[in-house]
Amino acid sequence: MPLVAARTVEDLAKAEARDYLWTLNFGPQHPATHTTLRIVLLLDGERVVDAIPDIGYLHSGFEKIGEHLNYNQYVTVTDRMNYISPLANNIAWHGAVEKLLGLEITPRCKYLRTILAELSRISDHLLCNGAVGLDTGAFTYFLYAFYQREVLYDIFETLCGARFTNSYTRVGGVMYDTTPLVLEKIRTFVRNFPKTLDDMDRLLNRNRIFVDRTRNVGVLSKADAINSSATGPIARASGVTRDLRKDEPYLAYQDFDFQVCCATAGDCFARYLVRMAEMRESLKIVEQALENLPAGPVDVDIDERTALPTKREVYSTIEGTISHFELVMANRGFPVPNEEVYGAIESPNGELGFYLVGDGTDVAYRARCRPPSFIHFALFPKLIRGHTLSDVVAVLGSLNIIAAELDR
Amino acid sequence: MMSGQAFLDRIKNEFGDKITGANLAAIDPWVEVAPEGLVEVCKYLRDQPDLRFNMLNCISGVDYFEPDPKKAAKLDWQPHLEVVYHLSSLPTKISLVLKVILPRWKGDRPGDLPEVPSVSGVWSTADWHEREVFDLVGVRFSGHPDLRRILCPEDWVGYPLRKDYEMPLEYHGIRGR
Repeated sequence: MPLVAARTVEDLAKAEARDYLWTLNFGPQHPATHTTLRIVLLLDGERVVDAIPDIGYLHSGFEKIGEHLNYNQYVTVTDRMNYISPLANNIAWHGAVEKLLGLEITPRCKYLRTILAELSRISDHLLCNGAVGLDTGAFTYFLYAFYQREVLYDIFETLCGARFTNSYTRVGGVMYDTTPLVLEKIRTFVRNFPKTLDDMDRLLNRNRIFVDRTRNVGVLSKADAINSSATGPIARASGVTRDLRKDEPYLAYQDFDFQVCCATAGDCFARYLVRMAEMRESLKIVEQALENLPAGPVDVDIDERTALPTKREVYSTIEGTISHFELVMANRGFPVPNEEVYGAIESPNGELGFYLVGDGTDVAYRARCRPPSFIHFALFPKLIRGHTLSDVVAVLGSLNIIAAELDR
Repeated sequence: MMSGQAFLDRIKNEFGDKITGANLAAIDPWVEVAPEGLVEVCKYLRDQPDLRFNMLNCISGVDYFEPDPKKAAKLDWQPHLEVVYHLSSLPTKISLVLKVILPRWKGDRPGDLPEVPSVSGVWSTADWHEREVFDLVGVRFSGHPDLRRILCPEDWVGYPLRKDYEMPLEYHGIRGR
């Protein structure tokens, strides 16, 4: 129980002075938490005096599983962390693994991963903003957002066969190359989506009810955002200009023309606006990457011995046969240096990092994850203090807390 | 931007024997700090105008331990715990890794957790991260405002990310394995 019992006389006196406060249990099962998390709220009438987050309801030992599954198998677990944008997690995981191996992926793979990372950013922002709209009463807006998410799911399904848990990347490449049909579907999406975005802008940006419920609610100052390591749209809405895509360009981001979207207000409305603006920037990146998608192989060279060779190579070349055998046999796999790395990407929600310790085998010695939700949820009591009970859902929605990633 | 060696010389000058080691050849170069000097070093790194490591990305605990004595004999390290701090600087866009190396148990008495001073006064992110390391790896952060388990239930026994951890047979009537 997070409510600490009174131990000393002073504590007791304090407890009596606060006796008139209500204690309200919010969650773990509540439609507005969207996932499984619990907050104990101390209320003075309708005002929130304090909020005590209690997490761990969805703790499933992902980091422990990482010490048992090999680098390719673990990608299925990363899908289940932030299941709103699984492809971004896949890319973050294998980005860190490739940094550990010192592996340079092919240009085509870089571009492809960039496209997918940006599409999953759009998908994540659509859900987050849609849910904020839903929680504050804008149901129509939610449906607009979810219709487009459905289109994105169709693209992912055509790409890799799975709509929800994609597990698309592999060490040194991806599951398999794209088809012209996928590219055509993405092109259609890029063409049609701005119209929906305009509609969504018109629905909420000047909607009196929505603006009243979100403006000046849950204000995060720039100093607080930096000191508590907020990243992603939440930090950028508070005026922190950090974006890993610009600061430490990974994949192919240095090739594209896009802007980092920032605001200075730091409230729920600013976070909403930053996410809306980021979707437009993501579309720009997707369009540029799509039109300049390099030809050539999508997996690393066969000599690297990390990506499974194609069937044709296995049957017709000796290197292919050896490589296939080494990767498929249970006690073989590829060698990994005795090193440790921290690899991070700018995931839709913020900086998603993996700290990997390699021990020579193809199973990580330690697979630590730095989930953005964990850091952002710690901010929640600070943001909600002094606001009303109905603001809890607005703040919670704008932080985009995904409990599977929070608890791992 | 100063080179790794220049930076290392500078903090060695400043803190002397509190900087107990470094590896500049690693993929992510790291500096090892003695536990008693940690808070001081962190404050220095955060506040120096040309360093400004004002963001703590992540605190991770790693347990180095091999339960199998045959395999342990072949290893080039002794059993120990590491607490790893990943820092970034927003103004200079540089990242840095600090390490604190600890015995697995304080004074080699099993059950007595090793201690590190808490840096939650330097970066507020450290609050939850230290609770997580305490919960899963078993490191006591002295001076932490509220050191409780965070992911596991309050009455959980053991530290799941230690290499010699075994799942309990049952927990409140739920089968464990």
